[in-house]
Amino acid sequence: MTKSILLVGVGGQGTILASKILTAGLMEAGYDVKMSEIHGMSQRGGSVSSQVRYGESVASPVINEGGADMLVAFEKMEALRYIGFLKKDGTAVVNDFEIPSIPVITGDETYAPDILEEIRKHVSAKVINAAELANGLGNAKVANIILLGTIIKIMELTKIDWESIVRSTVKPQFVEINLEALQSGMDAV
Amino acid sequence: MKQLMTGDEAVARGAYEAGVRFASAYPGTPSTEILENMSTYREIRSEWATNEKVALEAAIGAAVAGSRSIASMKHVGLNVAADPLLTWVYMGVNGGNVIVTADEPGMFSSQNEQDNRNYAKFAKVPMLEPADSQECKDMIVKAYEISEAYNTPILFRMTTRVCHSKSVVELGERREVPLKDWEPDNGKYVCVPAVARRLRVKLEDRIRKLTEFSEGTELNRMEMHPGKTGVIASGICYHYAKEVFGDSVSYLKLGFTYPLPMKKIRSFCEQMDTIYVIEETDPYLEEAVRVLGFDCLGNNYFPPYGEMTPDVIRRAIQGQGEETIDYDTGKIISRPPTLCAGCPHRGFFYTLSDRKNLMISGDIGCYTLASSKPYQALHSALCMGASFSLGHGAQTVFNMGDSGKRVVAVLGDSTFFHTGINSLINTVYNQSNTISVILDNRITGMTGHQENPGTGFDAMGEPTNIIDIETLVRSLGVKHIRVIDPNLLDQVNEALDYCLALNEPSVIITRYPCVLKKFSEADKQEFEGMFQGKCHVDPDICIGCKICLETGCPALSVGRDMPQVRIDRTSCVGCSVCEQACSIGAIEREEQ
Repeated sequence: MTKSILLVGVGGQGTILASKILTAGLMEAGYDVKMSEIHGMSQRGGSVSSQVRYGESVASPVINEGGADMLVAFEKMEALRYIGFLKKDGTAVVNDFEIPSIPVITGDETYAPDILEEIRKHVSAKVINAAELANGLGNAKVANIILLGTIIKIMELTKIDWESIVRSTVKPQFVEINLEALQSGMDAV
Repeated sequence: MKQLMTGDEAVARGAYEAGVRFASAYPGTPSTEILENMSTYREIRSEWATNEKVALEAAIGAAVAGSRSIASMKHVGLNVAADPLLTWVYMGVNGGNVIVTADEPGMFSSQNEQDNRNYAKFAKVPMLEPADSQECKDMIVKAYEISEAYNTPILFRMTTRVCHSKSVVELGERREVPLKDWEPDNGKYVCVPAVARRLRVKLEDRIRKLTEFSEGTELNRMEMHPGKTGVIASGICYHYAKEVFGDSVSYLKLGFTYPLPMKKIRSFCEQMDTIYVIEETDPYLEEAVRVLGFDCLGNNYFPPYGEMTPDVIRRAIQGQGEETIDYDTGKIISRPPTLCAGCPHRGFFYTLSDRKNLMISGDIGCYTLASSKPYQALHSALCMGASFSLGHGAQTVFNMGDSGKRVVAVLGDSTFFHTGINSLINTVYNQSNTISVILDNRITGMTGHQENPGTGFDAMGEPTNIIDIETLVRSLGVKHIRVIDPNLLDQVNEALDYCLALNEPSVIITRYPCVLKKFSEADKQEFEGMFQGKCHVDPDICIGCKICLETGCPALSVGRDMPQVRIDRTSCVGCSVCEQACSIGAIEREEQ
């Protein structure tokens, strides 16, 4: 049975690195894996998504509306934007983090304060404050790896040797902090 | 060994395994990573060309001289390279030659949705269409065999989802292919009319032989399952169809799609009652089915534009997609891409947006983002290099009336080298007072930081000659040139005032590196102290007038709890544009 994980966020939040480590681990575990991303213009502070699918044999690399087993939102507005991609019984993990867009900054649009409540009306979301956890570890940039830890725990993928994947993916000086971040993400659920 | 690879990575790997020694490309989404990965193999001389035409011509030269070669480009790039392509096909190869076109159904990062399969038919160049990364690698190796066996270049057609999706690839070894000898052969390589007429006849013979190949090759294969419903598809659409139909239908999976295997298509269609032709953009395969006299569900049934994802197929066939959660979309904010905090284009466009009675002629690059709020300082974006020439034409016509309207035409450093230089020569030659602006951020930005002739490094990362844009522009005969720091708004204003007063061509060069660039030693010397500071707002002085927000910097925001502006210290790099925008001195820059 093919599983689909949709990672969404804002350009620059590290969704690509998180999905790179995730797919490397899934491949090590013997799954057929496909991943799709859209690069290019949307990198510049736009809405971004990484689509990961794994199973015995995967056909399409693309996740459709109503097709994701898990939605991982690195930013809470992006969770709401992509909530329609979740299966009706899918799981949402939401980083309690807010990034205003330029129309919000210039006052043309309003970032509603009750986005988490809005999400919870539709789906039982697991809310994580990855930014706070990352700051606690001493590096705000590992929020993405904390969220990866959460994915691993919820999708029951903890048996995979993530440590060696992290060691072969990130620069040596960042290995320890990333491993701590991964553990912190697993412990958060 | 197995590895997870994007289609772009797999194409580079395939070229490596096929013994390719020369690769050339111009960056363009979604093809850019092909050459970036190519350059990691030391056995392949990898080059960024100034544009796609030049890339293809260089690859043609390499093939003529006896090496296997490859040129890669995005779909619109093949328009630029179409001139050499259509005659190169007449000549035939010496070393094998592959031209990669990366099409963009859905237009994620492109200005149009052209279907370059039409080029295969138009140019009479054999075409391969991989469906996933393994096929990308295997088909590249196969492409060189076909190229050399049939004496023809090969068109290798990918789409965004093939280029940028990762799937598992079984790696092979590199096979060294010796260089072939070059002999002068004017009956092959000098395409004057008398030669071209002979080659034209031989070309038809080649297509006949390739049609036989197309009928026999396993690249075009049937997968039969019980029932009388069949799907015909190529590329990623094959996997989309498999996702929806599984084993409930039969498939004609086409990988070699010019010339098409008409007998095989006929034989497949004869066995079916219902035929779905699933393809993106144009009815390329569908037309072949209809020419054979079969009815099918294709462009009249599925949407004729956009991606043909499983969802789109399901909606067409079942009238609806998968069951989804109902939710209120009313609270969702839009999140358009934006100029980064510290982007050197910001100061220029913030200043320019205040000027009246201008037409701002734009181009392809990050600066196209200036068309949206808050700048709204860009009024056209057509194709690479068009801003200067389109601007010249517009200025010439504005000058016929009495509106006094002026044209400011903008493009980036890489776009200037691509085709903007031709357009600037035209402006100088035909003498319009268009203000041509080269936004030189010292790198090719939008596609993810590729070197170009102005940066001092080549595609392999080796130091090379730097073409100095100011010297070059001066040599063209431009008398009025201003080189400015775009972060200093006074300099931008002075340069605009100066050029707007002129009745002759003028050029403004804004010279400051992209904030995301990996800085060279020369950058560090020239732009000492760049991106070292931070700006902060003094809440006792800030009156919440929000003028600074008009700079469109994503590091600035106003909280829900207080009217004063805040600056996010993680993203601010101290460019000081907001500091200059603030008229009451509430923003201060600290050195770090």
